[in-house]
Amino acid sequence: MSKELSYLEAIREALVEEMRREPKVFVLGEDVGAYGGAFGVTQGLFEEFGEMRVIDTPISESLIVGASIGASLRGYRPVAEMQFADFISCGFDQIVNQAATLRYRYGGRASVPIVIRAPSGGNVGGGLYHSQNPEAWFIHRPGVKVVAPSTAWDAKGLLKAAIQDDNPVIYFEHKYLYRRAKGPVPEGDETVPLGVAAIRREGRDATVLTYAAMVTPSLEAADRLSKEGVEVEVIDLRTLLPYDKNAIFASVEKTNHVLIVHEDTRTLGVGAELSAVIMEERFESLDAPVMRVTYPDTHPPFSHVLEQACLPNADTITEALRKLAAY
Amino acid sequence: MPPIKRTKFKLTPAQLLDMFYWLKLIRGFDERLSILVRQGKVRSGVYTGIGQEAIVVGTCFGLRKDDYICPLHRDLGSFLMKGVEPRAMMAQMFGKATGLSKGRDSALHSGVSELGIFGNTSMLGANLPVAAGLALTYRMEQTDAVVVAYFGEGASNVGDFHEALNFAGVQRLPILFICENNQYAYSVPIEKSMAIDDVADRARGYGFDGVAINGNDVLAVYQATQGALTRARSGEGPTLIECKTYRWHGHSEHDKAFYRTDEELAMWKSRDPIPTFTTYLRTRTVLDGAKLKEIEARVAAVIDDAVDYAMNAPDPRVEDAVTDLYA
Repeated sequence: MSKELSYLEAIREALVEEMRREPKVFVLGEDVGAYGGAFGVTQGLFEEFGEMRVIDTPISESLIVGASIGASLRGYRPVAEMQFADFISCGFDQIVNQAATLRYRYGGRASVPIVIRAPSGGNVGGGLYHSQNPEAWFIHRPGVKVVAPSTAWDAKGLLKAAIQDDNPVIYFEHKYLYRRAKGPVPEGDETVPLGVAAIRREGRDATVLTYAAMVTPSLEAADRLSKEGVEVEVIDLRTLLPYDKNAIFASVEKTNHVLIVHEDTRTLGVGAELSAVIMEERFESLDAPVMRVTYPDTHPPFSHVLEQACLPNADTITEALRKLAAY
Repeated sequence: MPPIKRTKFKLTPAQLLDMFYWLKLIRGFDERLSILVRQGKVRSGVYTGIGQEAIVVGTCFGLRKDDYICPLHRDLGSFLMKGVEPRAMMAQMFGKATGLSKGRDSALHSGVSELGIFGNTSMLGANLPVAAGLALTYRMEQTDAVVVAYFGEGASNVGDFHEALNFAGVQRLPILFICENNQYAYSVPIEKSMAIDDVADRARGYGFDGVAINGNDVLAVYQATQGALTRARSGEGPTLIECKTYRWHGHSEHDKAFYRTDEELAMWKSRDPIPTFTTYLRTRTVLDGAKLKEIEARVAAVIDDAVDYAMNAPDPRVEDAVTDLYA
């Protein structure tokens, strides 16, 4: 096997390769220049590509997104960094009104090939404004795509695909995985296509639909259930909009039991949509109610004790799977 | 910034007449739209710039094809001057399939990239970060093309305005910020929305020049614009030009504008940019009765043709409500 990279290194490698391949790709954001980014993702880019392709911006998220849109209208492919996904709300209007609607209101005569990288997620002691998972805000908005990789392979492959995609893509990179997820990465021109889920573990008795940092505890829970004679299939959604209906339905038809696990809060999270679409379109396949394990409807607390109490983990997922399997 | 010399940038008699044509056409276009709204033939989305035409004409006149404009919602005339066919523009206002947005939205929410026209959302000032991104690409390419971005005095209170001007100042972007100060943000007069007299003063806070001029004097607007364009083209960065003006109609055609006095409106109507310019042209014998008649007939013919075309244009196909969301 070839080299192994961390999730963070995989993101950087995708940026470097795409910038070398395509002169129209550039990055912009706060501290992305000589400093190399708050998490070090863009380290080395400034030295290789210079200040016109690795642009330090003022603390101006709306400007970062808006300027990316402007550049994309002249054929560029900007990759904008939100320092934390929590800060994406400061650029919300440019994403949901400017970027998402542009192709539609231009009568299909233009597109907005931008990527917005947003370091998301908790379990890092970040507190209220450095731990959020705001993906559900964006899957509610037609015109954007939303991805959330869980492995180094996907971190690289999905980012390359996102940069090459002609639509606005919001790329949620999970901070907990930055240095913890390691593995091989695609080489050369290989990418991971948007809109395609991955089966991380096959099983016949129940399906877990999950993504990002919840994939690993879901797999751990599946191993525990296996010892109890219940074989759980774990599907990593990878792309949240458009989500992979075919993969979801195929698994539901096989296992007839569905648990959705996400780190985002419960009400109207990704799970609400998946549950609804499964109910509408695969009701006959279900032997049990679609169940969810999620963050409670609260803000991500700073205290380690409080944060751990909120985060789904292998124990809470195991417990839910047992309940589900009992149907 | 040096004082504006009205004679610095020479215009030939033919150019002066051309300017006059645009003033008349844009006034006529808006007046016809106003009637069409009252007749119920155009549903909404009409925000006329009647009384403010000298700004669009004075700034767009002589722009190059590779210059980009980012108009505000009253600048329909700038679309025409930058090359959109009057027929397509009228079809856009009627919500027809042959309008710029295929009926998805009316007004100026659509753009034409090949002509260098950006179409903003309804979020005032949200065009300015996009304009900065467009100008950034010109800087990257080291071309001498320029972005001309428009906003009202009301939008100068929006965060996007400040983020965009700050970035433009830092990056020395080739961009003109044209403020159309028409005294009212919908119903709120300027003294209730800012504690300074001149929006132009805001430029200095971002490290470049701002100048306040008579926005009802097309030649003053033209001279100021040409001076700023010359500087922007030679790498000297942005300029803010505040054009003092007044809108004769309400915010939209549905607004009766009872928040202002008849005397105030009458005073500003006495400063109508068109008679002022007509007198200028007549005293210089550029314009005579015959030429005036010819121009007025040409304007009427163009508008009649556009209305006929739009009224007979097909409605959008129902299925196009959900197409062009993604590239």
